[in-house]
Amino acid sequence: MDAPSPIDQTTTQTAVKDIVEAYPAKVGKKRAKHIVVRDPNEPEQSIDANVRTTPGIITQRGCAFAGCKGVVIGPIGDVVHIVHGPVGCSYYSWLIRRNQFRARANGRNFVNYCFTTDLTEHDIVFGGMTKLRQAIQEAYDIFQPPAITVHATCPVGLIGDDIQGVSREMSEKLGISVVAFNCEGYKGVSQSAGHHIANNGIMKNWVGTDEGAEEVEGYTVNLMGEYNIGGDTWEIERVLEKCGIEVISKFSGDGSYDETTQAHLAKLNLVMCHRSINYVSEMMETKFGIPWIKVNFIGVNSFAKSLRKIAEVFDDPKLTERVETVIAEEMAETEAQLATYRERLTGKTVFLFVGGSRAHHYQGLFADLGMKTIVAGYEFAHRDDYEGRDILPNLKIDADSRNIEEIHVKQDPERYKRPFSDEAFAKMEENKTLKDYKGMMPDMGEGTLVVDNISHHELDVLIERFKPDLIGSGIKDKYIIEKLGIPCKQLHNYDYGGPFAGFRGAVNFAKDVDLRVNTPVWKYVKAPWLN
Amino acid sequence: MLDATPTTLVERKALRVNPAKTCQPIGAMYSALGIHGCLPHSHGSQGCCSYHRSHLTRHFREPIMAATSSFTEGTAVFGGGANLRQAFKTIYQLYDPPVIAVTTTCLSETIGDDIPTIVREARESGVIPEGKTVIHANTPSYVGCHITGWSNMTASMVKYLSETSGESRNQVNLIPGYVEPSDTRELKKMLTTWGIDAVTFPDTSDVVDTPQTGHFQMYPQGGTTVEALKTTGDSLATIALGPEASSQAAIALEAKCQVPYHILDLPIGVAATDRLVQTLMDVTGTQPTDEIVNARGRLVDVMTDMQSYLYEKRVAIAGDPDQVVPLVEMLVTCGAKPVYVITGAESKYFRDRTQAILGESVPEAVIRDNEDLFYLHQLMKQEPVDLLISNVYGKYIARAEDVPFVRYGWPILDRVGHSYFPTLGYAGSLHLLCTIINTLLERKDRDDPDESFELVL
Repeated sequence: MDAPSPIDQTTTQTAVKDIVEAYPAKVGKKRAKHIVVRDPNEPEQSIDANVRTTPGIITQRGCAFAGCKGVVIGPIGDVVHIVHGPVGCSYYSWLIRRNQFRARANGRNFVNYCFTTDLTEHDIVFGGMTKLRQAIQEAYDIFQPPAITVHATCPVGLIGDDIQGVSREMSEKLGISVVAFNCEGYKGVSQSAGHHIANNGIMKNWVGTDEGAEEVEGYTVNLMGEYNIGGDTWEIERVLEKCGIEVISKFSGDGSYDETTQAHLAKLNLVMCHRSINYVSEMMETKFGIPWIKVNFIGVNSFAKSLRKIAEVFDDPKLTERVETVIAEEMAETEAQLATYRERLTGKTVFLFVGGSRAHHYQGLFADLGMKTIVAGYEFAHRDDYEGRDILPNLKIDADSRNIEEIHVKQDPERYKRPFSDEAFAKMEENKTLKDYKGMMPDMGEGTLVVDNISHHELDVLIERFKPDLIGSGIKDKYIIEKLGIPCKQLHNYDYGGPFAGFRGAVNFAKDVDLRVNTPVWKYVKAPWLN
Repeated sequence: MLDATPTTLVERKALRVNPAKTCQPIGAMYSALGIHGCLPHSHGSQGCCSYHRSHLTRHFREPIMAATSSFTEGTAVFGGGANLRQAFKTIYQLYDPPVIAVTTTCLSETIGDDIPTIVREARESGVIPEGKTVIHANTPSYVGCHITGWSNMTASMVKYLSETSGESRNQVNLIPGYVEPSDTRELKKMLTTWGIDAVTFPDTSDVVDTPQTGHFQMYPQGGTTVEALKTTGDSLATIALGPEASSQAAIALEAKCQVPYHILDLPIGVAATDRLVQTLMDVTGTQPTDEIVNARGRLVDVMTDMQSYLYEKRVAIAGDPDQVVPLVEMLVTCGAKPVYVITGAESKYFRDRTQAILGESVPEAVIRDNEDLFYLHQLMKQEPVDLLISNVYGKYIARAEDVPFVRYGWPILDRVGHSYFPTLGYAGSLHLLCTIINTLLERKDRDDPDESFELVL
């Protein structure tokens, strides 16, 4: 990833200048802080992130509700998730993110269902709590779920329905966990606020609540910040299991209630999407003593590196040997299949504008294919996702972040257990193995461009100037990009492809990229008589 | 698939499961896209705008451009006026649209933002430049559904833009309803063939089905122009197709400019299309062309040729009232039996008209408005049907019950063609009917044992 950029400094600087100057002066000044031309000689380059989007800007961002129900909580497939609000929010978060789920032995699977209180004007005027109470009761009577979640949408926050109170009351009445999330869309500045709210709820109510669960021997982990889009989680699990590593619980793709309540049994947390879940891993460490490492299972080399990192933590020669054998086997198989694609893709350039980790994760996979990411940025990241965790002590809390609840957990007197020896921890601390994430920027080569919360205008200018061979983005941009004759790969929900994680996923991805970049169709965009 | 759905009908008072409707602002956004050079603007949290753009994009597989006021918690407390003013500044400097159509959300409605006042002040202070059009519609999500939103924005076009010059024009206004761009194109083609001048609004053809040229156009060539919308007050008559989506604008136009209106069912099937043709004859005093008459003949020909495959087939239908009512009529005309007919909208039109159509021919039919797909699924579990027709969300029920499935209505997120091939008018109805019959024939081919598997059907 350190190869020199195919885009030159002057063009980059001019593009940035033109982008900024097109805005009203104040807006331009603000946006300039969200755009960084990478200079590896300046190790402490800084970027603005997680601040408000200027009204009127055509943005890719969503809201706190989308982050809470849509991203983090929704994928837990055996729980009934009720959206308390008018019908729209539940409708738009119904089945759109391809969080695949397999029912466990009890057969419960509610991922294809959409539940809402469908508030009408009367409820907004007189309050919706009676309706919510009744809806929870009906959901329990019909579906018999092990737990129910309640998600507030914008007007519910305004009219002041006490969803926490109703949920507590119904939890006691029904004898199951009913958890409320105050994830109204106006909270925070993006989906990120919703992730935080979701994680607080999971941690307060579910993680470690199965007190009867017995200790599990062996190399046990939780998979954090992995959403099983297109079956990613299952490919990751396949390889982990082959290595002899057992996944106790998943947050939250293919996640289940019972497994979540037993998550405290794992010896190590593996964090994929740093942005959406770092809070839970932090809190699990404080409460139960489980350390966490940042991993990246997207891309052949990244997966191998992450497997070695896991082996390093467990520090057991048997596991290390097994991991090396698996890597060798899987790599050989994958490399053989990737070769032809790499021939066709090497040298191509990519823009990536995805979420709060994927724009980083996918750079490794593109590199495996010989492709270079020249512009990248996140939709809802915070500064540490770009600059690394070293900057955490310097992050300023602004008004929008202050409104999101910060919860603090304490060491569990009975179940806190450090899974490794003090010496092992000391060594890992020295090597910066644990809790470390350097962010995206250090991996981006000279002259590349980092753009936080990219707008339509910025995308337009950058495409025109740098004409990438492929853009990884989302559905709202996809057809804008493709109308410009550039293939777009959706990396939020994968365009119905996948899995793209892991070794086999890399091959799937290579095929998918090849079909987009090298399809003959692009040659027909211009009528032959115009050439 | 949907294994948790019980066969026994369970009474629910509060829990909506698998809704057959969504919220107002998305319908308003779709309607606004039918104005040439319009940038829809969602006044609320940015999630609303994001969800609406995503959903419309998935249905049309086209760029859907819209801006948002990006409310945060402070805005929710202090009101959205400042955000909308800032939005206007940003939008005019960056995207310079001839028209902005503001839609409210449940958030901005609940806090009570007064859009006309904010817009007036923005205009007075120069934030909205001279010559720029700004319209708005109140579309709280807790009232009505996506069709109400479409209806409100379409009525706003009339309220803001229609004018009377004093001189009448030899043209009709055609409000095509919440339909595909292909449908609007088909209706316009029919009028052009006939030689009738018309202002069709909103017109999403050439906006959400634009050609691939290697160029992205923020404001595609399609859409009804503001100039054309202004002339609607001088037209001979307004023909509003689909009462739920279109009558509000027609009625508003009569109130404002005294243009008489005719509210008709969407022209799905021969009978409904005949009524449209007759109305056009009455309004213009002219006869349909041979081309139109022949298209009618071809539709009736297929109905007579293939009626055996539809005769007494039990059909379940879910969709928007304007589509479902004439679809039920078409199926009955072909001898089929729509036994379960539901819509997510609240609609007296739906209840009354469907009852009138099915009362005699299918007296056992269950007709329910303000209902959800979970309810429909339970009905189908109790007594099976031969065919399900609904938007994309029905595919889970179709799989669970192993029932042949025709996707019809909005949204369709997993197939192509719906935005390119019409289902309105004689030609469109023929296309829809063929899709339905061929789906049944595909199923017959799949299910027949070898000895009954036949080449000629």
